Amino acid sequence: MSQLSQRPDAPVVGQRHRHESAAAHVTGTALYTDDLAARLTGVLHAYPVQSTCAHGKILGLDTSAAQQVPGVIRVITAQDIPGVNDQGAKHDEPLLPVDEVMFFGQPVAWVLGEDLEAAKAGAKAVRVDYEPLDSLITIKDAIAAKSFHGIQPEIAKGDPQAAFAQATHVFEGDFEFAGQEHFYLETQNSLALVDESGQIMVHCSTQHPTETQDIVSHVLGIGAHEVTVQVLRMGGGFGGKEMQPHGYAALAALGAVLTGRPVRVRLDRNLDMTMTGKRHGFYATWKIGFDQGGKILALQAQLTADGGWSLDLSEPVLTRAMCHIDNSYWIPNIRVNGRVAKCHKTSQTAFRGFGGPQGMLVMEDILGRVAPQLGLEARELRRRNFYTEGQDTPYYQPVRHPERIDAAWQQVLDSADVARREAEIAQFNTNNHYSKRALAMTPVKFGISFNLTAFNQGGALVLVYKDGSVLVNHGGTEMGQGLHTKMLQVAATALGVPLSKVRIAPTRTDKVPNTSATAASSGSDLNGGAVKDACEQIQARLAAVAAGKLGVPAQDIRFAQGKITALGKRDELEWSEVVREAYMQRIQLSAAGYYRTEGLHWDLARMTGSPFKYFSYGVAASEVEVSSFDGSYVLRRVDIVHDVGDSLSPLVDLGQIEGGFVQGTGWLTLEDLRWDTSDGPGRGRVATQAASTYKIPSFSEMPEVFNVNLLDKAHEEGAVYGSKAVGEPPLMLAFSVREALRQAIAEFGASGRSVPLASPATPEAVFWAIDTVRNPGS
Amino acid sequence: MSAEATQETKCLVTVNGTVREFDGPPHTNALDFLRGQQLIGCKEGCAEGECGACSILVARSDGEGSRWTALNACLLPAASLDGQEIITSEGLGSVADLHPVQEEMANRGGSQCGYCTPGFVCSMAAEYYRPERTGTPAVSAGDGGAHECGPNGFDLHALSGNLCRCTGYRPIRDAAYALGDPAGDDQLAARTQHRAPAPVATDIQRADTPTGALGRFRRPADLDQVLQILAAEPESVLVAGGTDWGVEVNIKGARARSVLAIDRLHELRQIHWNERYLELGSGCTLSELERKLAGKVPLLSALFGQFASRLIRNSASIGGNLGTGSPIGDTPPALLALAAELVLSSIRGNRVVALEDYFTGYRQTVREPGEMITAIRIPLPLAPLTSFQKIAKRRFDDISSVAIGYALTVADGMITEARIGLGGVAATPLRAVATEAMLEGKPWNLETIRAAAHTMGHEGTPMDDHRASADYRKAMLASSLERFYAQQLARRSGAGQEQNS
Repeated sequence: MSQLSQRPDAPVVGQRHRHESAAAHVTGTALYTDDLAARLTGVLHAYPVQSTCAHGKILGLDTSAAQQVPGVIRVITAQDIPGVNDQGAKHDEPLLPVDEVMFFGQPVAWVLGEDLEAAKAGAKAVRVDYEPLDSLITIKDAIAAKSFHGIQPEIAKGDPQAAFAQATHVFEGDFEFAGQEHFYLETQNSLALVDESGQIMVHCSTQHPTETQDIVSHVLGIGAHEVTVQVLRMGGGFGGKEMQPHGYAALAALGAVLTGRPVRVRLDRNLDMTMTGKRHGFYATWKIGFDQGGKILALQAQLTADGGWSLDLSEPVLTRAMCHIDNSYWIPNIRVNGRVAKCHKTSQTAFRGFGGPQGMLVMEDILGRVAPQLGLEARELRRRNFYTEGQDTPYYQPVRHPERIDAAWQQVLDSADVARREAEIAQFNTNNHYSKRALAMTPVKFGISFNLTAFNQGGALVLVYKDGSVLVNHGGTEMGQGLHTKMLQVAATALGVPLSKVRIAPTRTDKVPNTSATAASSGSDLNGGAVKDACEQIQARLAAVAAGKLGVPAQDIRFAQGKITALGKRDELEWSEVVREAYMQRIQLSAAGYYRTEGLHWDLARMTGSPFKYFSYGVAASEVEVSSFDGSYVLRRVDIVHDVGDSLSPLVDLGQIEGGFVQGTGWLTLEDLRWDTSDGPGRGRVATQAASTYKIPSFSEMPEVFNVNLLDKAHEEGAVYGSKAVGEPPLMLAFSVREALRQAIAEFGASGRSVPLASPATPEAVFWAIDTVRNPGS
Repeated sequence: MSAEATQETKCLVTVNGTVREFDGPPHTNALDFLRGQQLIGCKEGCAEGECGACSILVARSDGEGSRWTALNACLLPAASLDGQEIITSEGLGSVADLHPVQEEMANRGGSQCGYCTPGFVCSMAAEYYRPERTGTPAVSAGDGGAHECGPNGFDLHALSGNLCRCTGYRPIRDAAYALGDPAGDDQLAARTQHRAPAPVATDIQRADTPTGALGRFRRPADLDQVLQILAAEPESVLVAGGTDWGVEVNIKGARARSVLAIDRLHELRQIHWNERYLELGSGCTLSELERKLAGKVPLLSALFGQFASRLIRNSASIGGNLGTGSPIGDTPPALLALAAELVLSSIRGNRVVALEDYFTGYRQTVREPGEMITAIRIPLPLAPLTSFQKIAKRRFDDISSVAIGYALTVADGMITEARIGLGGVAATPLRAVATEAMLEGKPWNLETIRAAAHTMGHEGTPMDDHRASADYRKAMLASSLERFYAQQLARRSGAGQEQNS
């Protein structure tokens, strides 16, 4: 057991605690960024002028009428930007366009008003003339036009061509699947004010405060030390607040500088859905070869991510997709090529899983489609191809603990009573003409760490006050995932104090600098390591103080539950007493903690290395019932076994697993993101731009029976207190729902046939798939 | 007409027991009003009544008592709350003293990011205080699965208008099902023993746009006043539940010079049965009808559970659903099948129009300036065989791609009368006349059904949009008869093996 993963006696980690803000949530008193605006006076409200074409040259921008609208204070255009006109990290994403608009709904200018009504009226009065240019809306349009941006990486291992020649079965196909809108309940929000001595204070709903700070400072042309970004909490992030908030924060800051008044930028739902990036849809082509026993011999694939107008995070999303096409399966010979399509849509961005789900979906779709042609149950085909000890990924990283896939698989088979239920399902299907049921199981293997090695570091600042109370600052942000709850538990464990002694402070860039995004499921690993480090520094100093008092060597001092004891001694000191004594002895009671993930290396040019500290595993079994009348379905039962290592906080982890699963199910079944692809005046507009037209799962999509268990004996050496990351991997357990739908659809036709299924598998998509299996060849 | 002198009157709303003053522009919704009062627990997630993050509790009279009714604050004009009592998440409990609903939600992991949580808490509290809530699950056949009750009688569909993006809902369901009964000293429970405050004759007129254009919000005291104002100012917008108008205001920036609140009008809130017909007051909300009809009109019962969400049904009136003239309203297909008639009233008097003659084009009707729908009449006796089928992406809380209402009379195995109402397949709701003709006089069996499927599939002129393709809509029409037949077969056999509703 490593020092990092080892738990002391009576740890607070591992206990079941509710979310640290739960009481504030349920009473409506928890503050979010926009709630602060109500506490300030003189706040200006911002509203954008949105582009009305998908791609066009700006011929003229006339703001004079807007200036005449009562209550309008200022119109902001590209000319007002004192620093760099860029809201991204790639310098391809102007904050405000100078001469060309790149997507329908792109903000061209912003109007600041005394109230929102005035700002809206002002925005309506701004006149923009465009010369429409040709636009590419669909990914296939972009591919046909050879419109790509960024890198075009390749993963290559073994000799796929030779393997195909030897394979018993070779299949080829293609698959286009949709992206996903984040639909965090709290939309993008920033509130900026100019503080004392020109300091810019930005309250922002951001997963990446440091990058928000960087972009605000480069837009304003000032140093990062003049900008502070604070995040109280987010009303959901899911990756949608990793890159996307920066521009709005910069706009708010610019407005505050220009007017001297606080500026609030809050996107309403329509603005948010038409302006911000989404999960990338992909188009994939593939060829796969199997031996006689159904083992994969070779895979060749090309993944094209639908990147939208600017690069944003499309490159790392693409590379993660490529690194996850194997999912849990050993592929000895492989070649995967990737590219990012450039088209005239919102700039697609991070979304829980960050490309991983897209890569894995390609593989799960292939296996689901070809299993009948191989004469195998899809479940058996999957199992036969699991990684085993000693094998490595297509990018040459050894797969550690592959036996956990088998263990989770077996645990689900047992706990979900799969054999008995399959017999019941067969009986049901015999007796029912209009409805069919099916049960499918799929595994998940997900790599934990940022592919970009530099991001794998975290910082913390732990302050112990004279009365023994503890305030923890760390670089991670709270978006509902329970990171702060876990960090409190880590700090209480590391210091050996009760949870009630520890408080968490809002995330601020002036407390912990140069933080990484709270993303890639890494929040607990990185910040937990840093918090633990800071606590241990303080504890070591306190141990020396206590050792002096108890007359023992410092290494014999133990901290637990607010008491300090020495090995072999009956004496017991109170935590607060030792803290007080340390202060009197002029011992520093605060510490900056730091953590970097060891052992990572990644060669982006060759797409080889060990980019991940470890893999998270999980298995799900889902049972669905499908109606042939309309293709509608219900999710009857879901059983999950998921590997979270030794859980830091079981209630929080359970919430992440269930929530991720349902969100993944939404992506694969219900959430139907549409753009206007016509040649009419709305070309390029998001057609599903509201809650009334874009449907996320509601109560009716929750599984009727939902059993989640954590994998036993899952201690992880390489992470804080033996835990594992949990934010993203469970989303991909939802493949089991899609595969169950496919199998249920197959029940309506003759056996042994491949069943293609669109994604999302909406009732309409399922209906047509049933139609196809019932009327093959028509 | 109401007095001009009252125009400067401010609205007074009792929020969490404290009287607060509303003096904003008339179009202001309750959500913005509350947030302006620093009651920030009320959240905006969508501003169109889809997500429930702004849910609040409003005391609504019900017989001699009242019930805490959960509503979307984003759709409620703040002025409509004049004189009323409301409770927000802040008023249910405090961090130091959580309400039982809050306690269960907090302890069971019912909140993650917390943004939707205050709305969930309010919707859950409304169900917690629902007087009929008992320990026996109320599941009635043919209601489209619209009730799903826990061991404590908690109907999960009370939460169908609240969206959560974090939890996957399971812990919220567990919290709901773990609730006990209100304690003896629970003041909000005690409040339900008394009637809600009477409606106040509100009349405010203020600048309602940045350019200073005036807007006026009035709550006339009786129907006669409404008709008088309508005659003089026919462009007045009638607002009952506001679930349509609120969206226009919030999303499309609609403003009206004159808004008339009609949701509390006694004359519009009656339900009468007589020999010839059942008359429903146009101002009855869908929830009230659901409760008061209590399954006596099975086709409507099947519809209620699939009509938007509980939060919307608590606000939306049946008259409003017809008044908007939308081709995708959920009630017209059912009401067309029931051969419903509308009572249109003006100062000139009443006239009765068959619903099938009411719609004339996309959001256009025969309703004349100065006229309003005051009642809906459903002829009796009701056809014995009915089915309501709503095809949508999401099972609940969604807008239909296609909606179909069937009402059939079968005697000695023969179909003697068939009425079929359709929504979502043309610019207006319409009757499937050709299919009706094919069915009448034929035996009620699979052969007849299958023979008519093709005709049914060619009713209307469906189009492609983001909800569904035209082909899918046609296919849904075509498959619906057989589904209806299968439902009836399953119901007769009682086994319920085929549950495809």
